[in-house]
Amino acid sequence: MENSMDRFAGRLFGSTVSYIRRFLFRVLSVGPIPNHIAFILDGNRRYAKKWNLGEGMGHRAGFLALMSIMKYCYELGVKYVTIYAFSIDNFKRRPEEVQYVMDMMLEKIEGLLKEESIVNQYGVRVYFVGNLKLLNENVRMAAEKAMKAASNNSRSVILICVAYTSTDEIVHAAQESCEEKWTEIQSLTDARNCEIIEEKREGSNVIKLADIERHMYMGVAPDPDILVRTSGETRLSNFLLWQTSNCLLYSPRALWPEIGLRHLVWAVLNFQRIYPYLEKRRKNI
Amino acid sequence: MTILPLHLHFSLTRSPVKPHSLPHAPRLKLTQHARPQVVAGPPENSVEINGTYPAGVSGQLPSGLRRELMPSHVAVIMDGNRRWARMRGLPIGSGYEAGAQALRRIVELCCEWGIRVLTVFVFSSDNWFRPKVETDLLMDLFERVLKYELQQFERENVRVSLIGDTTKLPKSLQELLANSVGTAQKNSRLHLIMAVNYSGQNDVVQACQKIAVKVNDGLIKPNDINKFLVEKELETNCTDYPHPDLLVRTSGELRISNFLLWQLAYTELYFTNSLWPDFGEDEFVEALFSFQKRQRRYGGRNS
Repeated sequence: MENSMDRFAGRLFGSTVSYIRRFLFRVLSVGPIPNHIAFILDGNRRYAKKWNLGEGMGHRAGFLALMSIMKYCYELGVKYVTIYAFSIDNFKRRPEEVQYVMDMMLEKIEGLLKEESIVNQYGVRVYFVGNLKLLNENVRMAAEKAMKAASNNSRSVILICVAYTSTDEIVHAAQESCEEKWTEIQSLTDARNCEIIEEKREGSNVIKLADIERHMYMGVAPDPDILVRTSGETRLSNFLLWQTSNCLLYSPRALWPEIGLRHLVWAVLNFQRIYPYLEKRRKNI
Repeated sequence: MTILPLHLHFSLTRSPVKPHSLPHAPRLKLTQHARPQVVAGPPENSVEINGTYPAGVSGQLPSGLRRELMPSHVAVIMDGNRRWARMRGLPIGSGYEAGAQALRRIVELCCEWGIRVLTVFVFSSDNWFRPKVETDLLMDLFERVLKYELQQFERENVRVSLIGDTTKLPKSLQELLANSVGTAQKNSRLHLIMAVNYSGQNDVVQACQKIAVKVNDGLIKPNDINKFLVEKELETNCTDYPHPDLLVRTSGELRISNFLLWQLAYTELYFTNSLWPDFGEDEFVEALFSFQKRQRRYGGRNS
């Protein structure tokens, strides 16, 4: 009897909170809502240390926080969410820690494919962004499988940056652009189309801005409107350097597992404040 | 080193505000510091007046700052000049003039405190959307201030470089810039890099284009392209410290606005609500203090 009362009270509380949250999002939606929010998930290890949790528990707590934030974003109407899950620089950490994170990622990716996961609940399309060749075989296979399984979803998108740095992304885009131009010139040589070859060879603009953008890993999404980095550090750490040139940067002091609805609301309010100026610039440039 | 009083003579517009009467522009005299000497440096009576300090040796640091944690390269986005003028009911030109003074102060402080490189965002390629009257005023002011300052810089051993696309600037300014920059002074106290009509994205694109030309000419294969090759072709290759350690943006705006893009990968960002003309020694000390407290891990682990 008491158990069912407790359960009822719990459900009532839960639905009240959910109702208030949806009402808050309705109010926010009167103004412009960001299309794309990016998150740097910083502070998991500090969180574990702070609460005397075991090694790696901070990352697990971080994963729970990620699920909540994703839910809030999609409920609010944000279409694209990008997260900095693992940087190429993070491979420098202790091998045991790297292995732990890789194992956890494998576990969570497999979880994404399950029926009741957030991916299916909100119709989320999944992309794994980065130099996936640097990952070990099973994580890469799982990532590709997850991307394929969710490829029919179209309501929202999550971009998970693993083995990613912005400088690596730009170098990769430059390599691909050069290879593409090189192949084009080769095929023209084969067709003996000398005039066009000369034109292409002599032009100092062998590759253009559009070519580089096309070959970026992040080319599947528009530029982020807000970049949130938790734990109070204000630096980009080689994340989305190209895409955040006019993006609002927000660094709350909270560690990543402590991130909550209030931080998201604050970020969106700040975005709404500068939106008119950024729109004016975009129209004029 | 003394600072000569700033007499910015304006032949075209008569500004109602003279530099010395601006409320937030204290005259800085480096030969007379009231501050307690905390860090070992040359004693006060041996401070060179004519800027012939050998490179790397600098004056006293304010209390609280540690010499070994000073950044080598500081980048600044000088935002808030127009707001500053509007708040005081002054024409926008006065805001920019006050901004020029603030820049002068910061250059002096960088020289004194041993910061090796200072990059300033003078004009972005995205700023052309402002009214033509304003951009003309800005170009005009820049030319006048530069003409005066270049002699000062030479005397004070400050090396000046330019990044950005100068072809869209007025002809007279282009000529002035061409004559002034590029004289490589080996033992300069400070390397001042001015970003004029600069865009971080365009910088990366032009670096990739230069590499593409090399690939085209068969000098390198596409697979050989790596981040070191790209860095060598960026416009900041004129300095030994191309990556800023600290970026300061004034006026409370929290964005990079297409400034140094590749170079800011691991830079500590510092945002302050002060408007640029109000950014003086105290604000700069606060920024440096905040920088020195940060733990820079570069993706690795601290412990």
